[in-house]
Parts: sequence; structure tokens; C-alpha cells
Amino acid sequence: MRVSFNVNGEDVTADNVWPGESLLYVLRERLGLPGSKNACEQGECGSCTVYFDGVTACSCMIAAGQAEGRRVRTVEGLAKEPGKGGDRSLSDVQEAFVEMGAVQCGFCTPGLLVQTDDLLERTVGAGKKAPADAEIREALAGNLCRCTGYEKIIDAVHLAAERRAEAGSAS
Amino acid sequence: MEFLRPSTLVEALEARSAHPDGVPIMGGTDVMVELNFDKRRPSALIDLTRVPELTEWGGEGDHIRLGAGVPYTKIIENLSANAPALAKASRTVASPQIRNRGTVGGNLGGASPAGEAHPPLLATDAEIELASVRGRRRVRARDFYLSLRTTALREDELITAILLPRPTGPQQFAKIGTRNAMVIAVTSFSLALDTENRKVGTGVGSAGPTPLRAEAAEEFLEAEFDWENGRPLQETVVRRFGELVAAAARPIDDQRGSSEYRKHALSVMARRALSWSVTDYRKGSTRCA
Repeated sequence: MRVSFNVNGEDVTADNVWPGESLLYVLRERLGLPGSKNACEQGECGSCTVYFDGVTACSCMIAAGQAEGRRVRTVEGLAKEPGKGGDRSLSDVQEAFVEMGAVQCGFCTPGLLVQTDDLLERTVGAGKKAPADAEIREALAGNLCRCTGYEKIIDAVHLAAERRAEAGSAS
Repeated sequence: MEFLRPSTLVEALEARSAHPDGVPIMGGTDVMVELNFDKRRPSALIDLTRVPELTEWGGEGDHIRLGAGVPYTKIIENLSANAPALAKASRTVASPQIRNRGTVGGNLGGASPAGEAHPPLLATDAEIELASVRGRRRVRARDFYLSLRTTALREDELITAILLPRPTGPQQFAKIGTRNAMVIAVTSFSLALDTENRKVGTGVGSAGPTPLRAEAAEEFLEAEFDWENGRPLQETVVRRFGELVAAAARPIDDQRGSSEYRKHALSVMARRALSWSVTDYRKGSTRCA
């Protein structure tokens, strides 16, 4: 089966796709985008989180064929969105994770970055208040991290929210 | 394996009819787990995400019509007033990523006794619309669950919509688990008061081979509840209601909890749901007056 869709602003086609395989498999093994991580394959861990038509989802639970004609944005595309990082090498969320020490082994990081980006889009990015701890914890409840204990991650989300709010009010 | 991509309901029903051993897929949150773990190798996947009718919702007479493929996130955002119990239950489903994809239709198709949507559908006396090339029919949720993971859905049918009566009183949902997120219910409970018809509805999850009702508890509360003024109930009445809900359950011992624990938890959740409902009811009658 052939599947064509848009990833991080680029139209792509994958050939010889087995109809039962996941979007995650297509991204990693057929399109050379290994940023989204394969850990649980059952939606428990959130490491494979991507934007799918603008909404975050576990790419391990999307059948490859369901992606036909859709828009996908992976962690590789976070820093590329025009106006939100320009040609910087890291997005605001990525920078905040590095600065706050929110990355240890790094396996859960891509999923947390995408899910955090979405939380900020829906809050400060939409002119609303920066998310409080409870809102952050709820938004990230489907992303498991076995290293950090989450505190540094939450610090990083606060920092990124603050900066995105500032960037939004300055522009 | 074939991958079928119908773009209308008619095409989807034809595909379903032509592939009785095919598997319909919407959000994929159950189906893909089975495929990823080699538990299932259907002859075809029937992708329903391109059938517009399945992802729509709106009023239909005295009901709310909810397309079977509307994700939980949309239910929370749009139907909290018109389907309070289902919206509350939707909030407790898994994680944001799963709520963005998972649907009530999928919950019904999988028919796990732990599915969050079932207790609210039972409590509110919702109907489920099933369609095939032979036509459409409606089955009350109360008649839908037949035995463990077996439902009234026939081989050539698709679940197309859920019809929820417009709420006429308080609706509640409660769930017990080890976390607030990503948890399969140890047990769950939903309560709906229909003040127009003076009827009580209940739904119990994860406490039997199918989602079930506590009919004796419903009848008891219908007789005891002060439908005129919603006066607070006597402690003995609240306690008895909890006991009757627990008595209706037929739970097993498993890794998530013992049968005894589930019954105890149900009696506690039933009492709480009733207290919240009385509070809501009084607020509601104050507003009306």
C-alpha cells in the first residue's frame, strides 16, 4: 500500500506499507524520522506523541492508512514552525527543557515536547493564562518519564509558558 | 490485509457487509493495540475516519444525537451541559492524547465492562443506533450488552450514533483507580435523575461481565427521593441506596481489585453521587423558582 501525507510541512510518500502498521512505524522506519519514540505501542507512555491534523495523538495508535492526506507534525518539526522559532535550532519548549534539566535519558522527551507545545498553544498561545501546576500535570498525564521525577519537566513548562507569553505580547 | 477507506456511510456499510471478518477502526486506541501486539490479524481494516456523519453531533427532537466517532475531547468541550454524565466520564478516560482519538462508538464496539462510556449510557437510558445495508435500528443501551464483550451489534452492522435524552436533572459519574489518569476503572458508577418522569437511572462499570444497572436501587430511590423540593435524604436512605447498588454488582477478584473491595467502593461512590445530585437538584430548583 502507498501512503502520502504531509510531515512538518513537506509532502511525503511511503511505499510498501503494510496496512496494519502504525503511523509511528512509517515515520521511523520508512521516512527516516526517528524522533518519535517507540516504547509501549499501546498508548500508555506518550513517547510517540505527534500532532495529527493539529491535535496531539499517540502515533502508535494511528493506522498508517489513516494518515493518507493528513497533516503530521513531529518533534523534528517543532523548531521549524514559522514565527515560533524561525531558523533557530531549538523551539522555546526545547530550550526550556535543556535549561531546566528536564532531560535525562531523553527517551520520553520527544513526546513531552510535543504535548507541552500543544498545552502552550491552547493556553498562552491562545491569549489565556499560563497553565498552573494542576493543568500541566493533567496535560502531561499520558507521558511517562522514568528518570526525572517530573519536577524539572514541570519547571521547564512554566519557563516555556512564560517566554511564549512574553513573545506573544511583544509581537 | 486490506485497508478500506469509505468516504460515505453507504460505502462504509457496503464494506462492512462485504467483509464480515474485517475490523472497523476509528480512533484506533483499542484496535491498534491488538494489531501492534499480534493479537489480531483481520482480513481488512475499515477506516471510518473519513465518514463525516460519524463525527457530527447536535439536537434531534428531545435527544442529543452523538456521532459514534466523536472523540472524547469534543464531548468534554461541547456536551458538558447536554450530556453531563457522559462528559464527566469522558474526562476520566486515559490521557489527553487518547481522549483526542478515542470514541464512544469504539467503547461500545469493544464492549469492555470497564469502558467509561457505558455507565452514563445506562443511567441516562440512551439509545444506540446501529446501521447496515439492511437499514437502521435503535437499541436501548439497557438492552445492548448481552454477555462478556458480546453485544446486540450484528456482524454486518456499524455503530453509527448514540441518542442521549436531554437531561432533566442532575447526572453524575465516579470512578475508582490507582491514578487520576491512564487507568482502567477498578469500578465506576453513574447516576441520573430524570425529574420530568421522576425516574432514577444507574450504571455500574467493571463490576460484572457486562456494564449493568442497579434496578432495585433505582426503584428504592424513586420512592424515597423528594421530587418536589429535593430535601436532603436521611442518612439511612443514602446508606441503603449504596447497599443496593453494591448488591447489584457481580464483580470478580482480579489484579485490579477484589470482589469485596469493588462492592465496598461502589457503595461509597453511590452515596457520594447521590449527595452531589441532591445538592445539584436543590440548586436547580432554586434557579427555577
